[in-house]
Amino acid sequence: MTTVSPTLDARFREAAAAAGLLDVAYDLAETPIGTLLVATTERGLCRISYDPLPEREAETLASTFGVRVLRATKPIDPVRRQLDEYFEGKRTEFELAIDLSHQAQFSRTVLNRLARVPYGQVTTYGALAAEAHRPKAARAVGTVMNRNPVPIVLPCHRVVGANGSLTGYGGGLERKELLLKLEGAIQPQLDM
Amino acid sequence: MMALVQVPPFESFYEEHRDAVLRELRRLVGKDAEDAYQETFLRALRAYGRLKHADNLRAWVLTIARRVAVDHYRRREATPAPAEPETDSRPAYVELGELADGLPRKERAAVVLRYGYDLSYAAIGAAIGSSEDAARQAASSGVRRLRRRMQ
Repeated sequence: MTTVSPTLDARFREAAAAAGLLDVAYDLAETPIGTLLVATTERGLCRISYDPLPEREAETLASTFGVRVLRATKPIDPVRRQLDEYFEGKRTEFELAIDLSHQAQFSRTVLNRLARVPYGQVTTYGALAAEAHRPKAARAVGTVMNRNPVPIVLPCHRVVGANGSLTGYGGGLERKELLLKLEGAIQPQLDM
Repeated sequence: MMALVQVPPFESFYEEHRDAVLRELRRLVGKDAEDAYQETFLRALRAYGRLKHADNLRAWVLTIARRVAVDHYRRREATPAPAEPETDSRPAYVELGELADGLPRKERAAVVLRYGYDLSYAAIGAAIGSSEDAARQAASSGVRRLRRRMQ
């Protein structure tokens, strides 16, 4: 029974990425808050998913960006490196191109504003809505946060309710809390 | 009429067919199968975005693999053949290769491609730069010559 060796397999995947033949390259990345699926296009980072089901993710990516979706390590390496640094507390800003080309205009505006919320600080849904010139659209901003294609890098964890409650998070509230603690935006509670 | 199957992400297509492709290439080009494997899937990837449906992707990618094998053989024919072809890791035609040594070049190529690699006459014609009929003729006169020699 002939099976493809890991070396041959890796060689093809890297060649495909290097040849610029992929619509999307993706891979898994291990972090302290779980395994993430990270995907990039030629334009930049296009997806970070919590608790990924790779097969389903590949299909979603294919229907959004094109069918030439392939798992490949190298295109993801810069993202992986910066995530590692972030989780080690050594990085407070990501220097990554982000592909928002498939986002609706309002989402894109809100996500671009979101990108400027600094490390270790929080803002509110209402404040982001006002910045996007739609002061009454706090709820719509909540939806955009919930569908944020690249959480962590676009810091939707830094957006909280007007009363300071964490409200919600696509990856689960526990993760939102962990990220904010990591950044020192909220104090670890000593409830032992 | 059956509904057309939607084209899956390349990843699923690749995972599903890669072993079959490697198997076919081992049979066709022996020890050069790994290079041919790369080339096959790169060619498939180049064309993949233009596929309209996913009916029979296995047959599609095996066709590409066979074309790669033909090109591979054509390149080998274009360069001066080594005195003793490195056929040891090519069980499909190891015996045939030795047996066919000494045949005129085109006849040898036609015999080996037909009976060693199982290629169609059209593909053989493309490989040796002849028509399909000429390829068929070259193969059959090659076989006649071998028979005479073995008697």
